[in-house]
Amino acid sequence: MSAVIDTHGHGHADHGGHADHPSGLMRWVTTTNHKDIGTMYLWFSFAMLLLGGVLALTIRTELFEPGLQIVNPEFFNQLTTMHGIIMVFGAIMPAFVGFANWQIPLMIGAPDMAFARMNNWSFWLLPVAASLLVISFFVPGGAPAAGWTLYAPLSTQMGPGMDLGIFALHIMGASSIMGSINIITTVLNMRAPGMTLMKMPMFVWTWLITAYLLIAVMPVLAGAITMVLADRHFGTSFFNAAGGGDPVMFQHIFWFFGHPEVYIMILPAFGIISQVIPTFARKPLFGYASMVYATSSIAILSFIVWAHHMFTVGMPTAGLLFFMYSTMLIAVPTGVKVFNWLATMWKGSMTFETPMLFAVGFLFVFTMGGFTGLMLAIMPVDVQVQDTYYVVAHFHYVLVAGSLFAIFAGTYFWIPKWTGRMYDETLGKWHFWLSLVFFNITFFPMHFLGLAGMPRRIPDYASQFTEFNQIATVGAFGFGLTQLLFLYVVLKCGPLARGEKAPAKPWEGADTLEWTHLPSPAPYHSFHEPPEVK
Amino acid sequence: MNSVLGRLIGGVLLALYAGLASAAYQLNFQPPVTRIASEIYDLHMLMMYVILVIFCIVFGVMFYSIYAHRKSVGHKAEQFHENTTVEIIWTVVPFLILIGMAWPATKTLIAFKDTSNPDITIKATGYQWKWGYDYLKGEGEGVAFLSGLATPQDQIHNQKPKGENYLLEVDHPLVVPVGKKIRVLTTANDVIHSFWVPAFGIKQDAIPGFVRDTWFRADKEGTYRGQCAELCGKDHGFMPIVVEVLSPEKYTQWVAEQKKQSAAAAEDPNKQWTAAELQARGEKVYAANCAACHQANGKGLPPAFPALDGSKVATGDKAVHIDRVLNGKAGTAMAAFAKQLSDTDIAAVVTYERNAWGNKTGDAVQPAEVKAVRK
Repeated sequence: MSAVIDTHGHGHADHGGHADHPSGLMRWVTTTNHKDIGTMYLWFSFAMLLLGGVLALTIRTELFEPGLQIVNPEFFNQLTTMHGIIMVFGAIMPAFVGFANWQIPLMIGAPDMAFARMNNWSFWLLPVAASLLVISFFVPGGAPAAGWTLYAPLSTQMGPGMDLGIFALHIMGASSIMGSINIITTVLNMRAPGMTLMKMPMFVWTWLITAYLLIAVMPVLAGAITMVLADRHFGTSFFNAAGGGDPVMFQHIFWFFGHPEVYIMILPAFGIISQVIPTFARKPLFGYASMVYATSSIAILSFIVWAHHMFTVGMPTAGLLFFMYSTMLIAVPTGVKVFNWLATMWKGSMTFETPMLFAVGFLFVFTMGGFTGLMLAIMPVDVQVQDTYYVVAHFHYVLVAGSLFAIFAGTYFWIPKWTGRMYDETLGKWHFWLSLVFFNITFFPMHFLGLAGMPRRIPDYASQFTEFNQIATVGAFGFGLTQLLFLYVVLKCGPLARGEKAPAKPWEGADTLEWTHLPSPAPYHSFHEPPEVK
Repeated sequence: MNSVLGRLIGGVLLALYAGLASAAYQLNFQPPVTRIASEIYDLHMLMMYVILVIFCIVFGVMFYSIYAHRKSVGHKAEQFHENTTVEIIWTVVPFLILIGMAWPATKTLIAFKDTSNPDITIKATGYQWKWGYDYLKGEGEGVAFLSGLATPQDQIHNQKPKGENYLLEVDHPLVVPVGKKIRVLTTANDVIHSFWVPAFGIKQDAIPGFVRDTWFRADKEGTYRGQCAELCGKDHGFMPIVVEVLSPEKYTQWVAEQKKQSAAAAEDPNKQWTAAELQARGEKVYAANCAACHQANGKGLPPAFPALDGSKVATGDKAVHIDRVLNGKAGTAMAAFAKQLSDTDIAAVVTYERNAWGNKTGDAVQPAEVKAVRK
């Protein structure tokens, strides 16, 4: 606080009225500026990506050959659990909120987010939650080890690390809800005059829908984990049959959150891809309205498909059929989106800078994840591959090659606007090709492992699975190291401020407000006067 | 720098290729031995073909576009967008393909769920970390045994070369006759497990406090191996399922042997055992049931798995100790062994725990005392 008072005391008149803010560390602690907060979200999520990545590489090292080598089974379970929680709640979700913070005000011509102080608070909750997760490794019994899904009653058996994990999820949930309220209010109330809902950029549309999903389901997760907490400490029996509860109820509640959560992690990615592809094809998005409708349909369907994660718990035939059919239906709007992107590329005038490479890579590899998703929707086939490496392959195809590749595409796309510097195109391309190749070396063999019968979440495996596991481990190290290249490229544009200066509109085909109305880098305060949208 | 990275990638790819060439990989499901498993196999193949066709069309279009519609080859962007006809086609055609997939899937699903009229009914109970089998109805009724991992610890810890069926071998496999409909009831004692035999096309979660069911009819004699498929704690990766499918005659023989063995093993519940007998037996029971958590040296893995060496329970009141082994402790990983172990086994293991390591209580617990606490 003293720094704030200090700054005011000295009265930095030369900064002008609006630029009167503390410097150094306090600038970041007290900031209410959407650009600062967006930057912090993005750095936080990158730090979490590296942390989750280290856990993943430890897992892959243990799995390089059969037998127990470097970790014991208890710690192995902690690694898989924390890798999942950190990547989902620490890396992917905050990265997209970071994009929302930077881009939504710039793309709708608003001066900032609607609730600037709440914006600060929703970010600063995250490091607290992350600290709880890290601390949980050092308490007696270690970190949560029941899988990121925290299935009861296994999660009621754990030590105090589980309680820390539950608190961390509560805090991250609160952060997400606040972020979503902010996004919805900003989008609905602060658009520039003339920008009707159906004129909003696709990225803004997808985030609006995502924010509604978040508000709908984060409280459901909070409910589920609070019940686990009560079963653990207060003698309740929500998930204990001996006291009249039902362990399967946890799964129903969890996946009622969990399936929309999957779309929370992919819809903003769809938004980024829908900005990048038209820009580099120099051609408008083929079906804007049908993209909006397809995104909304996916969001609505996400509420009625949850039990496809539970095809093996033993549901009645009618229930199985319902969830199988509703899940298959999702292929229709998802197909519409893929076809729309293809039709946008068709007869365009394409160039392949790094953002476009990642967008096309996304399209190619994400669609493969979509195909395995369709396979998993077929209940009898799912029975064979449920809880195997096939599922591990599937969700890494949609979450790494889907969400993460879109995050890379978006970063390369907008970093000239954020930093005022062009990224290094050669290194960017290297980053793309190495990521694509190593990604597939890591995860493609996992399909075969799953089909052949290797369960997921095991620290040791039967000898016939050795070769594919070794290939996956080699790929994983390649993929992990490649991300250091990304770090270097970003550092070069940002903190190191090297590389050529970016023009206001470095992309020929860009047409949204941040490119047409603002210089690069975007000034600390933008759109004091709302632009006119025709 | 480029050439170094290029060589690195080349080296890795070459190594991968060499690896692929040298080993026979399993790229698909295990060979099915039940009707359901082969229907699932066919369903998967059908889907793969449909997906491959769609893949080729969609990415054929994409890569053609990438090839032909580039700025660098001078292609000018056309500005068309929205076309209702095209959009209706690409909504309706996938829908029809989905219906084509749903039809065979529905048929298999309904057959998969039909557990009626079984020849033999077996209950599979998941324990942390082994399986218990009770033959409830049909030939073999009354047979019951536990089935745990048979792979020795020194193979797992890389002190000895790994055997052929490393991690997929058990001490007492589930035995069933060929060609008979077997209904498997699943339940669990502690947390959720999942009973999975890939060659049979079945995977059914075992849920504590509830009974679920599935079925199979194996068409071929042989030994089939599966694993627990639901994360169930520390030794989730070490509780395999092995099913031996025998000819009807051999199965009848096997049942007779089991009956004879259990008759021989039936002990006089009122027999008085000497402390040495109890301790010797208790050490074996401890190694099979307790050592995974409490460790052979009794030091446990605190705090989840407390030490028994010097613990209050193992050195205090006998009745409390017996009760803890019989009924477990709610809210912890300590399981109830009342259903898994006989009075004699529990008496033996309690005696062992009270006299092993630093616990020198000198107590000897008789089966009759366990029986008294059981009530």
